[in-house]
Amino acid sequence: MNRRINSFNEVVDENFARPVAQAYRDNIHVEIRTRVANFFGNLADPFIGINNILQGKVEEGFDDFGRFLINTTIGLFGMHDVASEAGVEKHNEDFGQTFGRWGAREGPYLVIPLLGPSNVRDAAGLATDWYTDPTVESVRPIRLRNTMYGLRFVNARAELLDASKLLEQAALDKYIFLRDAYLQRRRSLVYDGRAPRERDTEVNEPPEKAVK
Amino acid sequence: MTMPKLAALLVFTALLPQALKAQETAPDVLVKNVTTEVVELIAKDKEIKSGNRAKLMQVIQAKVLPHFNFASMTALAMGQSWSKATPEQKKQLTEEFKTLLVRTYASALAAYSEQKFDFRPLRAKPTDTDVTVNVRVLQPGSQAVTIDYSMEKTANGWKVYDVMVGGVSLVANYRTEFNQAVRQSGVEGLLKTLHEKNRELEKK
Repeated sequence: MNRRINSFNEVVDENFARPVAQAYRDNIHVEIRTRVANFFGNLADPFIGINNILQGKVEEGFDDFGRFLINTTIGLFGMHDVASEAGVEKHNEDFGQTFGRWGAREGPYLVIPLLGPSNVRDAAGLATDWYTDPTVESVRPIRLRNTMYGLRFVNARAELLDASKLLEQAALDKYIFLRDAYLQRRRSLVYDGRAPRERDTEVNEPPEKAVK
Repeated sequence: MTMPKLAALLVFTALLPQALKAQETAPDVLVKNVTTEVVELIAKDKEIKSGNRAKLMQVIQAKVLPHFNFASMTALAMGQSWSKATPEQKKQLTEEFKTLLVRTYASALAAYSEQKFDFRPLRAKPTDTDVTVNVRVLQPGSQAVTIDYSMEKTANGWKVYDVMVGGVSLVANYRTEFNQAVRQSGVEGLLKTLHEKNRELEKK
């Protein structure tokens, strides 16, 4: 089933998302694309802060709120990431990671239609993300909100253009390569990059690896 | 020359190789030097910038490959299947895997060479023989991408045996694919798949 949804997603991506993202990258100057990326990155920071605090990382959480305050004001609505330049690092958190920190198992690997790789825990996380992330949802008029949704999506896909090309090149079987990369990546994020190293885990592969 | 002086000279000459060895480049310095050098080379070279793949591969071959241990990487990626391969097959597998990795590496380098790199200081004891060197690629709007080089100390200096990008180990990511291919069609089948994949990429 996963493989079939994956094939469906690939068709949609090849015919719609990727060409739009490629056109965006080819035609819009990098300076503007950076402002767009920073803008949406900034909107996500308070939400990242909430997740850090829920995971007990209070200091990081306050850093995220601080980033949002600095970048929204001095950084002109988040278009300039002055906080990073000042050494306040950006984090990557969401509810999937928070549930992981709380001890939730990943569950089987899932491919979600249109969205791609996930697992049961991250799918629940994603639903919670949407439910609790009010930043774009509350924008009015509706037409502006939809434009913002569209731009956010194109920005996100454009950031993945290089990665998806690499995937095409590197993988013998794209489905398996993407699945394993996704699961490894998410595990690493739950541990904030301090997941066990390759040689140490060589003998004892995590049981989730066996899930097809 | 007096005898004591001669003796001192002899002792010094005998110790020299040892002293040189002790001064070999530390792994984090090595990663920083090689990355900086290669990125600068690419930035200066108009042919590479305009997409000359052959030339980019030459640079990688000369500057980067000597610091990788591909036999180690292949063995790790094969996992249990490694023991099923004959010495000749092991050699071929290493060669094919190397070709595939180098090509992917070249694309990654071409894509990310204009980003800013942040080289992290090594956190290891001087006696360690197996370390991780952390590099971060800074990018706007999102968290920096981490590149972690797993390196081991060998007689010929420090060698990379795995690269983790954003927490994804290359070696581990190939393991399922390799083992599945071996299960389905043996080591010979995997060799064939790798060979075909490389030839297909060569055409592009």
